[in-house]
Amino acid sequence: MNRSWERIKQMVIKEFIHILRDPRMKAIVFVLPVLQTIVFGFAVTTDVNNIPTAVYDLDKTYETREVTRRLRASGYFEIRYFPETREEMQELLDRGKVIMVLNFNKGFSSDIKSRRQAAVQILVDGTDSNTATVAMDYAGRIIKKYAAELDPESAVQKVKIDLRTLAWYNPELKSKNYNVPGVIAMVIFLTSLLLTSMAVVREREVGTMEQLMVTPLKPLELILGKTIPFAIIAFIEMVLVTVLGMLIFKIPIKGSLFLLPFSTGIYLISVLGIGLFISTIARTQQQALMATFLFYMPAVLLSGFMFPIENMPVVFQYVTYANPLRYFLVIIRGLFLKGNGISILWPQMAALFTVGIVVISLASFRFRKRSA
Amino acid sequence: MKDQSETNSPLSVSVRGLTRTFGEFVAVDHIDLDVRKGEIFGFLGPNGAGKSTTIKMLCGLLLPTEGTGTVGGFDVITQSEEIKQNIGYMSQKFSLYDDLTVEENINFFSGIYNVPASRKEARKEWVLEMAGLKDKRNALTKTLPGGYKQRLALGCAILHEPPILFLDEPTSGVDPISRRNFWTMISEMAASGTTVFVTTHYMDEADYCDRLALIYRGKIIAEGTPNELRVEHMKRAVLEIEADRLVDALEMLNANNIESSIFGSVLHATVADEKAAETVIRELLQKAGITVNRIEKIVPSLEDVFVTMIETA
Repeated sequence: MNRSWERIKQMVIKEFIHILRDPRMKAIVFVLPVLQTIVFGFAVTTDVNNIPTAVYDLDKTYETREVTRRLRASGYFEIRYFPETREEMQELLDRGKVIMVLNFNKGFSSDIKSRRQAAVQILVDGTDSNTATVAMDYAGRIIKKYAAELDPESAVQKVKIDLRTLAWYNPELKSKNYNVPGVIAMVIFLTSLLLTSMAVVREREVGTMEQLMVTPLKPLELILGKTIPFAIIAFIEMVLVTVLGMLIFKIPIKGSLFLLPFSTGIYLISVLGIGLFISTIARTQQQALMATFLFYMPAVLLSGFMFPIENMPVVFQYVTYANPLRYFLVIIRGLFLKGNGISILWPQMAALFTVGIVVISLASFRFRKRSA
Repeated sequence: MKDQSETNSPLSVSVRGLTRTFGEFVAVDHIDLDVRKGEIFGFLGPNGAGKSTTIKMLCGLLLPTEGTGTVGGFDVITQSEEIKQNIGYMSQKFSLYDDLTVEENINFFSGIYNVPASRKEARKEWVLEMAGLKDKRNALTKTLPGGYKQRLALGCAILHEPPILFLDEPTSGVDPISRRNFWTMISEMAASGTTVFVTTHYMDEADYCDRLALIYRGKIIAEGTPNELRVEHMKRAVLEIEADRLVDALEMLNANNIESSIFGSVLHATVADEKAAETVIRELLQKAGITVNRIEKIVPSLEDVFVTMIETA
């Protein structure tokens, strides 16, 4: 047993030397997580700000100016144009100069004063349905709030806006809160796949694998020697992204700080397994790289990271059940945003563990067969 | 050929009927081998003859399809783990980690072979000394010249002082001086009791071996000491022929059942009766308009021996 641990230890030390001495590998391990966190935190945002807006005001009263002012003050809208005619307004929407037009008809103000129902029309460019929905939602809320202030019994009920959305877990609806925890899942996925498969294939490519096979090193020790280093790196990356998320993006962690490494551990069984599996099909490092991305892209697309699983065709929804990323995303978002505990997350963890055991068994089997 | 009764040395390698097939292809076909302790055993043959497959079976990398045998006293079929503890293996690739330093490579293999902690430092210094790398211990392995890499690879393969050493074409890609130094080291190791099982296709290196076996198309077609092979297997004479239009001459002779092959700028013909053959050859070539400058009988090199054997096999 001691002899076995000594051999595994030597493998782990050697893998770390490989990574720390290779600038490209170092970049994958340390720069990639930082870059991804920053990109997903800052750039990839589904938040809606500064929506280019036009106000087509036929009433031109204090009340219409007040609504306009409030829209502008909210920060969500940038009032750029005040078209004078219907055609002009149409033109702005057609040319994409604005996404939203707020249309006050004549008599808005007098309707309010005489306690009749006052109507505001909101026109949106629905090309980007997400932005359009959010814009309508925001504008609707601002107008309702104003109406409520004017008259607690509400005068502007006729505004044709649906206010169903109630954001509980991410009240600011900030996409970075949603994305950054997801980055932990992505970064671990990519680096584990890449490093594990490359590390094994490289040995085969340069011929050292053959040398290892004639030493007392056993296949299981080889597998452990090729996965433990990347598990350690995955944990470092998890901490790195979490700390970055908290410091730069002020991402809240509502859940248990113990469950985070625990569930990461379960997740690693699957992803290291997939990495190992790739190493059994790839002959060269280039093939390993290709195979990694062949796995990575569909796994990300079918994970719920960007596109909700509920919106996918049923067949693909079934496919996602085999995707470890799917479960880990639910777990990690639950941990960060909802403060979910094990009592809520255990079914996801159990599923993730099951997928992991299946994948690692399959990979180990293939690996032993190839190295025998 | 099995003359183990002549000596009392125990056998380091002993296999009977060792066979390996890949589908329909028989890579190694019922071979018997006996290698005595402390012997340098040369395993020769052209590429694809079954050298590597045999070595892989002996090292426990590949299971034989058929046959039995022991390496270092352990069964090749059931005790491959024990075999791996007791052998050193070095291939022509000098399988070291290029991005590790000399010392890191030694430390790694020392750990993988479970060299006891108390011996580690001494073994490391021994390898550094042997490979002449004492002042390059912190150099990256990829910066070393081929000869040094080869000796370092050898050093790493014998850190655990294995009783048996397998060398698979250990000198390919190494300059002649390094090759000579390498063989000096191998001879010293054998003298101190290590059994060395070596494959090579450099025929001049065959002379460094105590005994040789020639494998061709999966079968052993000759076995013995270099001298035995020269004398016993070369009952016939070798004529060296210097002529113009060498390729035409070769075709002409072979078409008339005189086994010949090109050696550099001359032809070597293997014949039963040198006097009669010389006349026949002169006539044949002159008829074809090929000028013969010289024909003379030579002492066959091992290369002649093997070429003849392979051609008649």
